[in-house]
Amino acid sequence: MKNKFIYLVLIAAGFASCEPEFENEVNANYSSGDADFSSYVAIGNSLTAGYMDRTVSRVGQSYSFPNNLSKQFALVGGGEFTQPSFAEDINNLGGIFGIPDFSNRLIINASVGGPQPIAGTSTVTLTPQATAYNNMGVPGAKSFHLLAPGYGNVANLPNANPYFIRHATSTTATVLGDAMLKSPTFFTNWIGGNDILSYATSGGVGVNQTGNINFASYGINDITDPGVFASVYSTIITTLTSGGAKGVVATIPSVTSIPYFTTVPYNALPAEATATNINALQLYGFLAQVTGGRISPLSTVPGTRNPVLITDETLTSLSSQITGAAAGVPSLAPFASALGQLYGKARQATSNDLILLPASGKIGNPNSMGIAPFNVNGVTFPLQDEDVLIPFEKSAIATATFAYNASITSIAASNGLAVANMNAILGQLVSGLKVEDGTIYTANYFSSATASTVLFSLDGVHPNARGYAVITNEIIKVINSYYNANIPFVSAAGFPGATILTSNN
Amino acid sequence: MRKLLSLTLLALASSTAFAGGYRVALQGQKQLAMGHTGVAVVNSAEVAFFNPAGMAFLEDKFNLSVGANALFAETKFQNSTYNWESSTSNFGTPFSIYATYKVNDWLSAGLAIYSPYGSSVAWDQDWHGSHLVNNIDLKAIFVQPTVSVRIGEKFSVGGGPIYVTGSVDFNRNVDRTTTNEDGERTDLTINAKGITAWGYTAGFMFNPTSKLRIGMNYRSEIIMEARDGDATFNDVPSYAAGTLTNTTFNADLPLPGELTTGLSYQVTDKWLVAFDYNYTLWDVYKSLDVEFNNGLPTSVNPRNYQNASTYRVGTQYVATEKFTFRAGWYFDESPVQDGFFAPETPRNDSMGFTGGLTYQVNKKLGVDFSFLYLHFDEIDNSYDHFNDGSSFGGTYKSSVFSPGVGITYGF
Repeated sequence: MKNKFIYLVLIAAGFASCEPEFENEVNANYSSGDADFSSYVAIGNSLTAGYMDRTVSRVGQSYSFPNNLSKQFALVGGGEFTQPSFAEDINNLGGIFGIPDFSNRLIINASVGGPQPIAGTSTVTLTPQATAYNNMGVPGAKSFHLLAPGYGNVANLPNANPYFIRHATSTTATVLGDAMLKSPTFFTNWIGGNDILSYATSGGVGVNQTGNINFASYGINDITDPGVFASVYSTIITTLTSGGAKGVVATIPSVTSIPYFTTVPYNALPAEATATNINALQLYGFLAQVTGGRISPLSTVPGTRNPVLITDETLTSLSSQITGAAAGVPSLAPFASALGQLYGKARQATSNDLILLPASGKIGNPNSMGIAPFNVNGVTFPLQDEDVLIPFEKSAIATATFAYNASITSIAASNGLAVANMNAILGQLVSGLKVEDGTIYTANYFSSATASTVLFSLDGVHPNARGYAVITNEIIKVINSYYNANIPFVSAAGFPGATILTSNN
Repeated sequence: MRKLLSLTLLALASSTAFAGGYRVALQGQKQLAMGHTGVAVVNSAEVAFFNPAGMAFLEDKFNLSVGANALFAETKFQNSTYNWESSTSNFGTPFSIYATYKVNDWLSAGLAIYSPYGSSVAWDQDWHGSHLVNNIDLKAIFVQPTVSVRIGEKFSVGGGPIYVTGSVDFNRNVDRTTTNEDGERTDLTINAKGITAWGYTAGFMFNPTSKLRIGMNYRSEIIMEARDGDATFNDVPSYAAGTLTNTTFNADLPLPGELTTGLSYQVTDKWLVAFDYNYTLWDVYKSLDVEFNNGLPTSVNPRNYQNASTYRVGTQYVATEKFTFRAGWYFDESPVQDGFFAPETPRNDSMGFTGGLTYQVNKKLGVDFSFLYLHFDEIDNSYDHFNDGSSFGGTYKSSVFSPGVGITYGF
């Protein structure tokens, strides 16, 4: 009996001492520092809305960087965080029903290889929610749109924004005004990307409006005047800080570093692919003579690559020379006039040009506008303006981006706000960004090799869930440093990448 | 019969790693109570494990020691960079059976059955380190027929072959992200049963005076070669169904050799002290490589264990005819190097505190009680050699408690 008793005592002592305890609990040092996250409001565009794979979907939205941030803020006194409702997106298809070009989210269809919208009919509608949300990221919004009454009025379509129509509190509400209804104590503001991005993603078909301060006259693909940008940005910040809120502003990334512009090489034509195309070889030989070197004969050496043929609107037209010379070549004579039109401003791409992602589906395929054999995109039919950024356009983009970022940084400085330098971060990503857990992420597009590390979604412009997690951490770093806070990171590796399906029916 | 025996033993032995690496130092109630010293102690049939040479010095013609431990091990993990917390609690019942028989004045024979290696860790499925391990259960039973020969009054040698039967069951996620269409993480289980291997043990004991014993024992390295075990992928997304096909695997898991030297001194008639030094040749465990038979690349998991020492001290006091008390302490050095700290064996250096007693029911039969408390300092460490270049780490804190009971029978 006595022994039994001792044994029981030993077991009891054992259970008591078996429980390991840390000296400091995991959250012992978490702190909001000088910031107050009780009402966090996020202002911005698609990047703030959680847009990915060319849409906002119910699940995609849950990975928005402001939503990630709010979960971390909740550890240090953060309050409730709401986002526009996508409850009606039952099957997580995204898109918006009945609005042209607002198609379903992109997926990889493994049976075909490339990205395509997921099959099905979108159940997202324009039904007004008339609610101010903490996440006021509105996909497609440019800087001045945040101040524009009626941007959420369905009657103003197509100039109104379908996403803002869904949640604007009234037909005359502004994005900024709705944001202020949440009385922010802390905000993030990442606006301005679209002031340059739509020019870039349209291949520079828009107008560089630098010097024109009448933004009401701008087309959708134009570059916003930097003076207009600075003025609008200043108004946004003054409004956001009017109640004493602190916050983080983010700079505009150099959009030409994103996969949309870097995935398709300028020399996309393997010599093997054109070596047997007698028409193309003869045509290039002919054009090489007539254009005085603007176009070189195609290389037929296996292993080498030929540049794609593009239209450069800055070139002097050689139409009449080409037409004239073609008239003297029996095989080309019937087409002489058309060839002059087609190749007058054509040249081969160089490494200074950027071929846009949608061109990858066109190059090598016939163009319905052309006449065989002068109809093969990128080979005998030059890629048009909307598929290429030429140096002139790149330089307009770079100049405007630089000016916007200078305004953002100086307005932030004069208002005592922290700056998340997304421009610099994208720059690091191009060469390889090493995050806390040692993983190295790059700015590459999806491939089977990068499936578990790619940060960009299938639209080539917006991050995927993993990418937004990396962005979340970059903003946390800025908050921790600028506002003396200690907020833990999210682990990007656990966030999903592309949706890959074996069929898409 | 042999198969039946090994199955029964496997069912009994569900051990938990709590000493350095996956070594489980719980090989006898009397000696465990003395800090698991014993290479130069002649107390009971337990000596068949600690140093077979000592069997020849046992006084009774027949000695039997049977015992088992209840093992409670818990490890907590946290990482304040990512606000991660996790823990694993495991229970095991390692056992040992020793019998010796004095054939004649100079020759003794014996049989030892024990489980010196094992590992059982079960983190929450899909926890933060799930790409390294979700759960592992490693078992190895040693069956060791033994002889001991006394050469003169002061010297003996002993040893015998070791037959090992073991099993491994290991589950982890295939990487840090892949899920099936329902968002469930894709994982892999490798399972091999009935792995067998051979090794040996050998030692000598020398008693220069009637009070002092010196002993040395070597237990050989044994490589557990799992061949054609089952590799099963779960929750595979359909686009990967053609690649991540269920298959068989081969892997080698080394059970390292161990050299022990020590001495014991009979201070008074009633009071004995003992010191052991173990040197475990862990550097054989370079990497856990799992080869698949379906064309998937070999999974290479660097371990780079280093040889490790354990320092033990124990004492025994015979208080009355009925009661003997024991106590001990040891320092157990971890074979795991910084940067190789994998959560499948999350063990840093530890200190063991032991105690126990024997209640002698009668001249032949005694009941042994022991306990072990193993203290680990909290440690910040990581595993930096995962195949995608990432590092996984944080703060770990473990503790182990193990009460044990056994009987000793001799005549």
